[in-house]
Amino acid sequence: MSEYRLEMRGVCKSFPGVKALDNARLCLRPGKVHALMGENGAGKSTLMKCMFGIYKMDEGEVYYEGQKVSIKDPLEALKMGIAMVHQELQPIPARTIGENIFLGRYPMKKLLGFIPVVDHKKMYEDTEILLKKVRMNFDPRQMLGELSVSQMQSVEIAKAVSANCKVLILDEPTSSLTANEVEALFRIIEDLKRDGVAIVYISHKMDEILRISDEVTIMRDGKYIGTWDAAGLTTDFIISKMVGRDLTNLYPERHNVPGEVVFEVENFSSINPKSFRNVSFQLRRGEILGVGGLVGAQRTELMEGLFGIRSHTTGSIKYMGKELNIRRPKDAIDNGIAMLTEDRRATGIMGVLSVADNVSVASLQQYLELGVMINDKKVENLVQENVKKMNIKTPSSKTQIKSLSGGNQQKVLIGRWLANSPDVLILDEPTRGIDVGAKYEIYCIIEELARAGKSIIMISSEMAELMGMSDRIMVMCDGRVTGFVDGRDATQEKLMELETQFV
Amino acid sequence: MNTQTKSFGQKLWTLIKDNPIVVMLVIACIPMCFVDNFATLDNLNDLATNTTIRFLIALGVSGCLITKGTDLSAGRQAALSATLTAVMVQAADYSGKLFKWMPEMNMWAVLLIVVAIGAVIGLCNGLIIAYLKVPPFIATLGIQTIVYGINLIYTNSQPIGGFSNGFNNFFRFKVLSETFANFRGFNFYIVFALFAGLIFWFIYNKTTHGKYMYAIGGNESAAEVSGVNVRGRLTAIYTTAGIMYAIAGWLMCGKSGGASASMGVSYELEAIAGCTIGGVSTTGGIGTVGGILVGVLVFELLKIILIFLGVNPNYNYIAQGLVVITAVALDIRKYVAKK
Repeated sequence: MSEYRLEMRGVCKSFPGVKALDNARLCLRPGKVHALMGENGAGKSTLMKCMFGIYKMDEGEVYYEGQKVSIKDPLEALKMGIAMVHQELQPIPARTIGENIFLGRYPMKKLLGFIPVVDHKKMYEDTEILLKKVRMNFDPRQMLGELSVSQMQSVEIAKAVSANCKVLILDEPTSSLTANEVEALFRIIEDLKRDGVAIVYISHKMDEILRISDEVTIMRDGKYIGTWDAAGLTTDFIISKMVGRDLTNLYPERHNVPGEVVFEVENFSSINPKSFRNVSFQLRRGEILGVGGLVGAQRTELMEGLFGIRSHTTGSIKYMGKELNIRRPKDAIDNGIAMLTEDRRATGIMGVLSVADNVSVASLQQYLELGVMINDKKVENLVQENVKKMNIKTPSSKTQIKSLSGGNQQKVLIGRWLANSPDVLILDEPTRGIDVGAKYEIYCIIEELARAGKSIIMISSEMAELMGMSDRIMVMCDGRVTGFVDGRDATQEKLMELETQFV
Repeated sequence: MNTQTKSFGQKLWTLIKDNPIVVMLVIACIPMCFVDNFATLDNLNDLATNTTIRFLIALGVSGCLITKGTDLSAGRQAALSATLTAVMVQAADYSGKLFKWMPEMNMWAVLLIVVAIGAVIGLCNGLIIAYLKVPPFIATLGIQTIVYGINLIYTNSQPIGGFSNGFNNFFRFKVLSETFANFRGFNFYIVFALFAGLIFWFIYNKTTHGKYMYAIGGNESAAEVSGVNVRGRLTAIYTTAGIMYAIAGWLMCGKSGGASASMGVSYELEAIAGCTIGGVSTTGGIGTVGGILVGVLVFELLKIILIFLGVNPNYNYIAQGLVVITAVALDIRKYVAKK
């Protein structure tokens, strides 16, 4: 019998253009919380998806209680006792709690002795017991959609428990939880530990990691860096291992000089009272304004509000002293504002369309001849200009954008906005899911734009990136601005304090 | 990518997989070699006249499909346009004239009127879909039923015939009839298909409207963020579709020399099937005018061949169904990503 509940060794996984996992390793002991750490794009989620059978690994071995196994799909993983609570929950809100928990494995009974039907009574009784186990006091017949996000998460955990799981993967479980809810989650985790469950805990929050975990494995660029006992680890040590190189070389030298104030936002509030409210800030010409905050701080919502994707109730937006009336993205674009959205796939690329179509869609009016006909040559020039300027790697301008790597897709999207020569650029997580080399190139592009006098707002969840790239950092928490920090004397502690002010 | 050389079978499979439309055309053409008197110019004219109407409807539907929508009201809209045309071009002295008070109208004026009515119905579709956010399937299903109802009520479910000579003559007018022996010539009205094809090719490839249409189909949210007026474009697309059905209905009326509310049944499904065979993606953002033409041609060719082979026409439907499923199953292989 092995000392490990589950071992993954030598795991490799490639996606077109990226080697997501390169000889990754993870060994889990029963009854221990194992923290898996690494920067965005380090391959944590990919490794978990391999373990759970969502992705098929190219190379590597998995041992479950000493036995070599191969997990082909999530159903098989579940049968073996591996359960995963996803970063994005995938519940069915229009069904009851009980049905969600027992989805796919409903308890059955025989009607009249031969017609198999779902045994609802047993299902709801079992659900009630399970809910008690995760310290939830709910009617199992309640619709799942009526619960809050954290409560749904508890239901997901209950679901994992009900499968008699031996390995539980928690992928960023606290990203949308309040402090009280986090405490409740930790109590559940302690219970599970006592039952001998091996838990993988993925999180970016250092204090949580140091508090809850027994062991820590750190990954970087898809590679295994090392495993340490959590006791005695420090935040600094973990960060240095995660980043793995001198922080100063990660970002280009900055020569942009912030000038006069050009963009002003005053008392800006969402129509949703729980979203951003009373936000005021100023932006200078040639300035890079970083925006920090935890997930759920409503940074993206604020920017989408400024860009007209979301509605606002009160507040004013001024550009060069002129008040702008922005009701939809077109209004913002016409006033020289551009926004690179957070979710590249959902609101950025048009996957099946060509690179040329993608880069030109926001500026098509410029290539018109006689007012109706698009001059393909001008579009081609735009593509070539961008390919050269930003070093975009694409076989041709006719290539479908979905076949490019994340970094190249992002560059095409930046090119889409630059074609309009905007004055204010809002970049929402511009380097999310992009490999390290391309990240540096995108930083250089951002710096160059600022140097050319563009004003830039950059949302980022990576503190190092915020500190490395921003002239000033605006920190938000719970929909409100909690402070501004000068980029040059920002520290993790200072930012963290502002980010968690209302938590 | 493995560098192993592929076997002949694998190569053939790749070829079939990548070119399902061509494969369909080839299969459809095989019987030509075995049937006498098939490859004649007169049959070609039949093919062209049948294709013209279906092609116009397919062009109309294609915009809806490319933007991830659909239009189930196409056939019924064409039928309404056909009966409206019929009512307006009925000869003044025809004994069975439906509306005795109505003067015999100029056929081109009639075309303009039915196009205007078609545009209004299409506009309704567009507004319901773009602004009320009713899913296209449901919205156009509702309009389909309403249009059919209107058509039944005002025609009393009676067939309408007895058209003016001018109208009938236009549809009998043939060109190139002297060029070959035993050839009766091409019906002039197939130029409608040519013009429509050219105009749609231009719109789809050269105008901002076309580019925005593909962008909406590729990713509606991304298009919105990029400043595209998504609702306005969708409305325009469904309105254009309505116009196309109206023109098709006008032609249908003239071609058959009569019209009734029961015309055009399931034409929308044929059009959607033709588009799909022609490579219009059911997941949006993909489709070309050339492809649509080929798709419609495959369908019409198939019908004519089955008739020539002496197959009971009732078998047509089974054959068409098989063709659609096969074509899409092959086509989808290109996009089904492996995990």
